[in-house]
Amino acid sequence: MAKRRNTRPDALAQGLGWFSIGIGLVEMLAPHALARGLNLRGNERLLASYGVREVATGIGILASRDPEPWIWGRVAGDALDIGTLATGLDGHDDRREGAGIALAAVLGVTVLDVLCASSLRARRRARAVPPDYSRRSGLPRPPEAMRGAARDFEVPADMRTPEPLRPWVPAA
Amino acid sequence: MRALCWHGKQDIRCDTVPDPKIEHPRDAIIKVTACAICGSDLHLYDGFMPGMESGDIMGHEFMGVVEEVGPENTVLKKGDRIVVPFTIICGECDQCRRGNFSVCERSNRNKSLADKVFGHATAGLFGYTHLTGGYAGGQAEYVRVPFADKTHVKIPDGVTDEQVLFLGDIFPTGWQAAVQCDIQPTDTVAIWGCGPVGQFAIRSAVLLGAKQVIAIDTVPERLAMARAGGATTIDFMAESVVERLNELTGGKGPEKCIDAVGMEAHATATLDSLYDRAKQAVMLETDRPHVLREMMYVCRPAGTLSIPGVYGGLLDKVPFGMAMNKGLTFRMGQTHVNRWTDDLLRRIQQGQIDPSFVITHTVGLEQGPEMYKTFRDKKDNCIKVVLKP
Repeated sequence: MAKRRNTRPDALAQGLGWFSIGIGLVEMLAPHALARGLNLRGNERLLASYGVREVATGIGILASRDPEPWIWGRVAGDALDIGTLATGLDGHDDRREGAGIALAAVLGVTVLDVLCASSLRARRRARAVPPDYSRRSGLPRPPEAMRGAARDFEVPADMRTPEPLRPWVPAA
Repeated sequence: MRALCWHGKQDIRCDTVPDPKIEHPRDAIIKVTACAICGSDLHLYDGFMPGMESGDIMGHEFMGVVEEVGPENTVLKKGDRIVVPFTIICGECDQCRRGNFSVCERSNRNKSLADKVFGHATAGLFGYTHLTGGYAGGQAEYVRVPFADKTHVKIPDGVTDEQVLFLGDIFPTGWQAAVQCDIQPTDTVAIWGCGPVGQFAIRSAVLLGAKQVIAIDTVPERLAMARAGGATTIDFMAESVVERLNELTGGKGPEKCIDAVGMEAHATATLDSLYDRAKQAVMLETDRPHVLREMMYVCRPAGTLSIPGVYGGLLDKVPFGMAMNKGLTFRMGQTHVNRWTDDLLRRIQQGQIDPSFVITHTVGLEQGPEMYKTFRDKKDNCIKVVLKP
């Protein structure tokens, strides 16, 4: 896994990455039990595919040096999850309660995802303004005035351009 | 003493280790007053160079005050202020007498291993794998300097550590990169990479009188510093390098090209770099030679390619036929530091250049592990890190 500076947004991103892998594994390995608990029977394959998405996103977050696009990917995935869970609220089944709790949890995680992605974006934009290095020339006068100041230096014979490759000046 | 030690890929720690001792009569022990993290340290940090062992002390760019000397070292005395070149030299072998210090025949104590890998051994280096001697590096409070009677640059009063520290590596490396281009007043010099070596190559090319210096990178602060030094810049993520270089040279290409990038070219900028990265991942290739390919393509026929950037092993899909037919000259190698230091020290003293311009971060040794990450990821506008033990 790529290592990053352990700042707060990075730490949050890392946590969300592991969370994504965890929830994804549950969806991939136990779609039937989940579908029963969330009042989403008949959607087992859909839940398993969401699991694959979660695991891939989690690996992306943890392996990438820049997790921001992957976190925005999680936000998009959250929207899908919310839409799917909302269908579990239909009807009068007792299991509606499970879907409601899961929906509340996903809404909470969505807030975290948006906060994390926004922090990472803000940091990226702050860095996009480069510091003023325009005075760091290291030269006492403007470069144009220093051009050729070291022409007193004699290039050693073994580092000169080979004679056959030097500009050819025909004899007069 | 405290030292920054390598413990594996992306695992540098500030450890407490035994103090160094005099092991040979020509040795010296120095108390380090300043050291730096070099771009080539990142190749070790990222695990691209073979031959590191857990616990190896990092660092090959350092200076300090002589603390103790061996009985045969009559050149140095306690209290002398010196910069230590990263190439360890005996000063007596055939190569040293020719000025080819980076291939000193005697300073690599793991010669038999290096002979097997390279065909013939090169010089010993500080803190740079067991292929180059396995010597303890200078990101530490104290360092043992082998062949110290030759492997040093004496520093007079009147200049600061920050002004002379880089005489040990990046300044002479950028200088040699430009010198071996044999720059003519009509030349355009294109420099790939605006890290510290690239920055010194830019200023060296300007001082040596190039008509035009063009610098290629994508990191905004590095491009800004390159412009400050007199370069026209190309952002390789925003524009075509080949098209822009041809535009800036009337369609002929630059006469001289300098690769200040080396084996870790940006992995996602171009298709060939992606290809290299994929091959690296399955251990079918060691280096990403995108810059070499681009230089060979765009360089003016009969031009010169100067390669201070470090390469480690096997390179794939290098268009050598193109280079041969264009009659390109290749010049490369680790820097013959001592060949240039007297002249460069004089230029610093005369005020022709102040190398401290490149320093963006100065921290204590214990912050070294964190700064490796910051420098590697080009975060916090980091260009050059100096550590004060």
